[in-house]
Amino acid sequence: MEKIYDTIIIGGGPGGLSAAIYAARSKMKTLVIEQKRKTGGQAATTYEMENYPGFPSASGPEIMDKFREHCDKFGVEFARGKVERIEQLEDGFLKKVITKDDEFTTKTIIVGTGAEPRVLGIPGENTFRGKGVSYCATCDGDFYEDLDIVVVGNGNTAVEESMYLTKFVNKITMIVIHDEGTMDADKAAQEQIKENCKIEYIWNSTVAAINGDEMVDHVMIKNIKTNEVTKLDCDGVFMFVGTVPRTDFLEGLVDLNPQKYIKINERMETNVPGIFACGDVTNKMLRQVVTAASDGAIAAVVAEKYIEEEENWEKNVLKCGKPALVAFWSPINSASLDAITNLEKLHAGSTDTKLVKIDAYKFQRIANRYGVSDIPTILRIEDGQVKNRITAENMKELEKII
Amino acid sequence: MIELNKDNFEAEVTNYTDKHVLVDYWSDGCDVCVELMPDVHKLEAKYADKIKFASLNIKGARRLAIGQKVMGLPAMIIYSKGQEVGRISPDEIDENIDNIDGFIASFYKNL
Repeated sequence: MEKIYDTIIIGGGPGGLSAAIYAARSKMKTLVIEQKRKTGGQAATTYEMENYPGFPSASGPEIMDKFREHCDKFGVEFARGKVERIEQLEDGFLKKVITKDDEFTTKTIIVGTGAEPRVLGIPGENTFRGKGVSYCATCDGDFYEDLDIVVVGNGNTAVEESMYLTKFVNKITMIVIHDEGTMDADKAAQEQIKENCKIEYIWNSTVAAINGDEMVDHVMIKNIKTNEVTKLDCDGVFMFVGTVPRTDFLEGLVDLNPQKYIKINERMETNVPGIFACGDVTNKMLRQVVTAASDGAIAAVVAEKYIEEEENWEKNVLKCGKPALVAFWSPINSASLDAITNLEKLHAGSTDTKLVKIDAYKFQRIANRYGVSDIPTILRIEDGQVKNRITAENMKELEKII
Repeated sequence: MIELNKDNFEAEVTNYTDKHVLVDYWSDGCDVCVELMPDVHKLEAKYADKIKFASLNIKGARRLAIGQKVMGLPAMIIYSKGQEVGRISPDEIDENIDNIDGFIASFYKNL
């Protein structure tokens, strides 16, 4: 028989691995599909990481190795590949995840594909890629020993990576688009970098072009206030100007925001039932390892509930072989408790219908699908169709539908 | 796969004329390079009859690499009689071994 996963997590960064730990620990059959040989996502190449709680002096790669170890402990399966598309199967519940060489079937999907460095598209940026233009300090830092470089950007990544690069280079000039003294990086990072005498700043400016013969030789810096353009000699340009989400494979299936991040609610649900998302790929305010981990935990728990809810509904209501009386109740709603007691009394001894109780708060999805906004509500469902609907207003008719 | 360094680069690449030579530029700090390396070794088995595979750790051979106009990793250059005839840059590699395979195959088929 074909293997069906409870959840397939696309992307093995901090969000995906946290989701995997939570899912596998609650006995869900869990697969992580990661494009790279090494899991850990962007955090696995970030050496300066001072803000993951409980690890004051570990590096990004060290922390990510621990995440992986934790996954292995609970029996998470891993596959390597790039997901090309997702298909919904006809029953509306199972989904297929398709990579170049493989296909997997699953009940739920958690997307944690993260983001990659943004390419600005400055003249020369593409031409000199690998010849002086870089997006990865740890990859290319070695080349720039005792050389002069330019860093474009002023967020946390730009600051952290610049700190790292000062171990190699002679001088860094940071090109900052904001007014003097204003950077997007947090205060702690800014204070650290200010003490570093290898770093100089050019404010109110952007890089208009990257020039050279075969290798980068200089950049043209444009002051956005005066429009004045000046030439700055340098041997390399490092670009740290934010990231773009990896969501190409989801277009047309899952709702994305204008910047192509996945739209989610606080339960990490996308607009597609059974597809969840976590971490940097989502439309969120703070993109950190700790927030990705939190998203992953939520996504896994909600995914587990989703499966329970759908399978329970399918088995006990849609395919129970007779009309179902579904009572939506809530343990904190006393009227609904009374209604249930009453219903159970009326139903006692009856075998024509099946009585099913649904906690409307715990299983909001089903409640919403059937338009249940008031509790208690009792539905008589035959062949998947709602035949009668009883709420507080017409509770007297309860007897009739039994 | 031949390990290159400052001392043997000339003999193994610049002055080598028997076959084409592929040089895989990498360093210990480049995770992507390290990640791709085992797969590059597998490609060697596929193409070794017509292309000699070599790698250069730029640590300790930085100037040599820069002299070959390599300033970003991972990068691969194919040489013929010491002259560069093709190169695949970090963005073209895109962390994907299939792109490297395609790059090498496009030379291999004409050899």
